[in-house]
Amino acid sequence: MNMQSHGITPERLSNLKRLEAESIHIIREVAAEFSNPVMLYSIGKDSGVMLHLAMKAFYPSKPPFPLLHVDTTWKFREMIQFRDDTAKRLGLDLLIYTNPEGLQKNINPFDHGSSVHTHIMKTEALKQALDKYGFDAAFGGARRDEEKSRAKERMFSFRNASHGWDPKNQRPELWNLYNARVAKGESIRAFPLSNWTELDIWQYILTENIPMVPLYLAAKRPVVERDGMLIMVDDDRMKLNPGEIIQEKKVRFRTLGCYPLTGAIESDADTLPAIVREMLIARTSERQGRLIDKDESASMEKKKREGYF
Amino acid sequence: MTADVKEAAETAVTDYILAQETKDQLRFLTCGSVDDGKSTLIGRLLFDTKLIFEDQLAALERDSRKHGTVGEDIDLALLVDGLEAEREQGITIDVAYRFFATDKRKFIVADTPGHEQYTRNMATGASTADLAVLLVDARNGLLVQTRRHAFIASLLGIRHVVLAINKIDLVEYSQSRFDEIRKEFEVFANGFDFETLQAIPMSARFGDNVTARGQHMDWYSGPTLLEHLETVEVGEHALEAPFRFPVQWVNRPNLDFRGYSGTIASGRVSVGDELVVAGPAKMSRVKNIIGAGGEVPEAAAGEAVTITLEDEIDISRGDLLSTTAHRPDVADQFAAHVIWMSDEPLLPGRPYLLKIGTRTVTATVSEIKHKINVNTFEHVAGKTLELNEIAFCNFALSSAVPFDPYEANRSTGSFILIDRMSNATVGAGMIWFALRRASNIHWQALDVDKGARSEKLGQKPAVLWFTGLSGSGKSTIASIVEKKLHIDGRHTYTLDGDNVRHGLNKDLGFTDADRVENIRRVGEVARLFTDAGLITLVSFISPFQSERQLARDLMGEGEFIEVFVDTPIEICRQRDPKGLYAKADRGEIKNFTGIDSPYEAPQTPEVHLKNVDREPEDIAEEVIAYLRERGFLGS
Repeated sequence: MNMQSHGITPERLSNLKRLEAESIHIIREVAAEFSNPVMLYSIGKDSGVMLHLAMKAFYPSKPPFPLLHVDTTWKFREMIQFRDDTAKRLGLDLLIYTNPEGLQKNINPFDHGSSVHTHIMKTEALKQALDKYGFDAAFGGARRDEEKSRAKERMFSFRNASHGWDPKNQRPELWNLYNARVAKGESIRAFPLSNWTELDIWQYILTENIPMVPLYLAAKRPVVERDGMLIMVDDDRMKLNPGEIIQEKKVRFRTLGCYPLTGAIESDADTLPAIVREMLIARTSERQGRLIDKDESASMEKKKREGYF
Repeated sequence: MTADVKEAAETAVTDYILAQETKDQLRFLTCGSVDDGKSTLIGRLLFDTKLIFEDQLAALERDSRKHGTVGEDIDLALLVDGLEAEREQGITIDVAYRFFATDKRKFIVADTPGHEQYTRNMATGASTADLAVLLVDARNGLLVQTRRHAFIASLLGIRHVVLAINKIDLVEYSQSRFDEIRKEFEVFANGFDFETLQAIPMSARFGDNVTARGQHMDWYSGPTLLEHLETVEVGEHALEAPFRFPVQWVNRPNLDFRGYSGTIASGRVSVGDELVVAGPAKMSRVKNIIGAGGEVPEAAAGEAVTITLEDEIDISRGDLLSTTAHRPDVADQFAAHVIWMSDEPLLPGRPYLLKIGTRTVTATVSEIKHKINVNTFEHVAGKTLELNEIAFCNFALSSAVPFDPYEANRSTGSFILIDRMSNATVGAGMIWFALRRASNIHWQALDVDKGARSEKLGQKPAVLWFTGLSGSGKSTIASIVEKKLHIDGRHTYTLDGDNVRHGLNKDLGFTDADRVENIRRVGEVARLFTDAGLITLVSFISPFQSERQLARDLMGEGEFIEVFVDTPIEICRQRDPKGLYAKADRGEIKNFTGIDSPYEAPQTPEVHLKNVDREPEDIAEEVIAYLRERGFLGS
């Protein structure tokens, strides 16, 4: 752990220290109050920061809950490699779940579109996994600055027995007193990174030297242009449309999802400081790289009502 | 970019990031009624600090054409009103959190609705805010809701307020209108204990005095909103308050490590500090502090740490650690302000779960002292509490909890109420004071018993009941015994006719009934003193066997020591120190023991003192010897 980052602030905690402490508080509160919590691990940078905070929260113990990755089978290969290495390096239990029906019907983003694919392989799969293991709380790395409906999300977000979110009937959340009471079958989604912004995340990754999937850094990668986005050809399941050609471009990803749904940006930023520099002069917000938000401007709220993270 | 330029750029970024390490954070709340332009103001702040990215801007233009209320312009409010229902109704119904930053500070904005039916949402936003931005429409001036918002902000402990006098463009940028509203508010807010109050004239829609100075208000020389937010000192009361540490989680990876994890609620702590567990009052010293970045010599309010102690003492989640010098209150009854947040009314006597810090107990409202009309601040009576109502209530808890008054500590003085059936969060409370001061600290009243007290005093409690005729020398001997015990470091008290008859028993005469009552009362008082661990000396004639038996029966086994001062009546009559025998002989005193009323001498007294031709000093020593032999005087 980085010892130097401590002690610079003689009086009030700095922004990052305050965020860090708040997140650790939430993570510990979930561990203390729930009988069977789990940490959703999506392999991305936010998950990476959340996991790093969980390691700190319980040190010298290990986090008293497993990690769960909902695998759509369409994640970048580098992500899967990184996921397995991370769990091994930290000595944590990693559960991997894929929707068996979706797998059987070969649900994929190319033939079924992003909306169906996301619903079956992510939203439904997540609900199945939570039911299968009987988790009463699940950590997610979502942040309020990502999207408008997330801005109203609670730290402890109540989900009914069918995992639905009712934005009009949320529990008031005051001070740092979180209501962890749920009936059987109901659950809480806990969002320890709620008050972090994308810039905070990158600053923290840089100061804490947190390992990240290399896809965040610019490198020459094979991509095709589709719907105004650069889609990386990660394996031979990627079918080319007429007129599409695979090009080698120096690209990186601001956000990581399923590879056919996640657009890359052309970039020279191949180090962490370079990424932050790009961030500071960014002109497009991060979720633009994701096809799923584009359907309609309130699409995230709809998905969340249905049980999406 | 060449490699050199790139490297220089990266170094610059790294330096910039490290500089951000000291960047501060300010959490503030915006409130005001629906039309005062809150959402527009936040949209303006985000827009002007360049945190609205191009694609969000494109979506905003689309939304503005669909739902917008400002014609062809971009409606900045749509950026902030997140939920579909709100966009359709054009109002903010929940708390939304927004973020922006400058080089000096990062800001977390809680945008809360203004209607009275959303008081709970405003309270929610206020609970974590350092400052409140109170919007006023310059055309309308102070409204009922402005006063309500100021009151709620104050109630929730916000000490810094910005009075944003908005839509100043619609009153021709009038200084006199601004001054009028500002002065009215200053007078009104006088009683609210705000540390800073900054009034700013602005137009959120056009941006005047939000982040940049307006062109139309040369008369205003104060800061813009952003300048003020960047520089206002929100003194950290939490840092200055005494150390409080609610234990969140016991960290026990193996038998060699036992740590207590939690977030420091207030104050600071260093390795070596003596800490005490509130309630049981177990103490130990801090051995190690593990902060988020590893071991540290000290830590302060807001930090999430793990503390290890020198001694193995039983501490679990819900316990509160503090310094020994400044301990919290501990009580199972307190008075608090409550904001009710449920459609189901609060019912006194109904049990709710109360979560304070990391502890959850069952609690009932024993009495609604008064409700507070949030618009007029009048106190009104009430039997129940409805949604969004605020009241001052007495609470009774299933067990005592440690806390501080909310005014002194926002962390240890706040609680939420949870419905036991629905599990919904139904109320929020701010503690004012404990209702049972006597049970502070040693709240385990049942555990602090006679044994615990006498152990602390280093003696066994006893009642030395001196009985004998008037003038037998009871008081003289008892007095010498007490002196000897006192010199020996014992804790004693003497009850005799003089100090009891003048106060406690001054309503009693000398009839047989009154004599019995006199003895009964003295026996009861002696019993209480025995319970307190004292050696009590009672010096009373107490002529009747049945009375002395009554007193004996009040005490525990072996505690009642009957001391018979056996002096022949002739000698007593000779001494007659108060001239009582002479009076009785003359018939001036009725029912005088030994004259016209019998003395029933004890048959088997614990100590039988024959008082003929002996020095009182020697006789007293006989009593001390008895006590020592029977182990009443400890080591």
